[in-house]
Amino acid sequence: MNLFADAIAWIFDSAHWGGPNGIDSRIIEHIAISLLVVGIATVIAVPIGYLIGHTGKGRGIVVALAGAVRALPTLGLLILLALNLGIGLQAPIIALVVLAVPSILAGAYAGFDAVDRRIIDAARAVGMTEMQIVFKVEIPLGLPLLMGGMRSAVLQVIATATLADYVGGGGLGSFIFLGLQTGDYSQMLAGSIVVVVLAIIFEIIFSTLQRLVVPAGVTATQSPRVRTRPVRSRTA
Amino acid sequence: MFTAGRGRLVTLGAVVVGALALSGCASSDPLSSGGSEDSETLIVGSQAYYSNEIIAEIYSQALENGGFTVDRQFLIGQREVYLPDIESGAIDVFPEYTGSLLTALSDGDPSGTSEEIYTQLEEALPDGLSVLDQAEASDQDSWTVTQAFADKYSLTDLASLTNVTEPITVGGNSELQTRPYGPDALAEKYGVTIAGFTAVQDSGGPLTVKALVDNQIQLANIYTADPNIQTNDLVALEDPDGLFLPANVVPVVSDKVNDDAAEILNGVSAALTLEDLVSLNAESVNDQRSAGDIATDWLTANDLL
Repeated sequence: MNLFADAIAWIFDSAHWGGPNGIDSRIIEHIAISLLVVGIATVIAVPIGYLIGHTGKGRGIVVALAGAVRALPTLGLLILLALNLGIGLQAPIIALVVLAVPSILAGAYAGFDAVDRRIIDAARAVGMTEMQIVFKVEIPLGLPLLMGGMRSAVLQVIATATLADYVGGGGLGSFIFLGLQTGDYSQMLAGSIVVVVLAIIFEIIFSTLQRLVVPAGVTATQSPRVRTRPVRSRTA
Repeated sequence: MFTAGRGRLVTLGAVVVGALALSGCASSDPLSSGGSEDSETLIVGSQAYYSNEIIAEIYSQALENGGFTVDRQFLIGQREVYLPDIESGAIDVFPEYTGSLLTALSDGDPSGTSEEIYTQLEEALPDGLSVLDQAEASDQDSWTVTQAFADKYSLTDLASLTNVTEPITVGGNSELQTRPYGPDALAEKYGVTIAGFTAVQDSGGPLTVKALVDNQIQLANIYTADPNIQTNDLVALEDPDGLFLPANVVPVVSDKVNDDAAEILNGVSAALTLEDLVSLNAESVNDQRSAGDIATDWLTANDLL
């Protein structure tokens, strides 16, 4: 408990804020890296996920690949990339994108899979083209699950972006590495606590987003205002 | 609770019982601590540094050849992590570097020749620990630049860094910033302005060397016995004022190490020259050989095995 108290004291020590190595700069670096990574991963994973979900083709291969990629140790991949690309942000970003893509891919095609086939039939019956079905039916209805995938990806990336400091990429990992290597465990624990708090904050943000993106029509049918019993009693 | 058919339940039960029986055959206790009651067993440790691991492996094989049982605890970590273990006697033999260890143990600012540092180290060690003979081989920190950078600004020693007109970024482990020879010391002692610090956590390894060669950093801390210095045309700047202390390889031993073991280790130290250490490191870095193989070959070549 003493170590935990030391770590909290370390975080609130004003000497550790401000400047390029301060807690605030590192938090901003960390968030920037994480959001950039999730953005790139979304751009890569969402079109592929939508293609698989809509056509139903290629699911087996892509799912197996995504599962295998999840097993890659991010630190090993990071060092391998850095040996070729040099120090800096390139290697961590690529390694973290590889980490984030499977979750978002899963969210994208699960969202499309969850749409009732009868709704898609009805859309075709009404005369919608395939692209109209994708944009007007499947994407809006699949958004909550996609958000769930992105939420899981953001959590993993925020937790793992601490590795960026191994190759000079900055971020909250700097406190963890410096603390670990100099035996300053209160600093190391402080860095970890800030990462955890950041992860929780983003969890809350994304779970709120997940609820907000549910289409209005869907929430209307789930609302308790829908009557399930007749207005007038059957008996005289 | 289990609704599988009876035949499958029997098979499951047999597998569980078999696994329990096999685990009972294992004789080692995974929860036991590192220390051993056997007085002939010596615990040899090493830093989280491949070169140190090779030296530790050499010590271990030489001791085993002399009839001792060796418990290897390699790749422990940086000095802040393993020094308490050595001081408490949990490790019996540890290859160290005279100057670096003396700086860590003493409060003042030690300086001197190789022999003077050795004498000061003998006095600085706590009770229960001692150092055996030091080897000629040394592996000290150095401030290293590329040959091209050195030629551009006519760099020879640390003081000449003031010739540099472009911003100097230092790269290295995070803890380099707090070391007594770190960027702050360069600024104070020689008036060199360091523009920034980039953390690269591989202790002067391939990532740091690549960053130096690619000019992402201009100044790095590379160990003098690193074969990359020759392979990549790097220059270790001279240190006439002794910012870096001489760092000869020396075994730090506990009281458990008796005269026979000491004689074996002294024999190793007597044979370990600086050229030997560089070529041992080259075998590990360039040929990717394991510490065990490198150690065996060197000991055989020097008639110590």
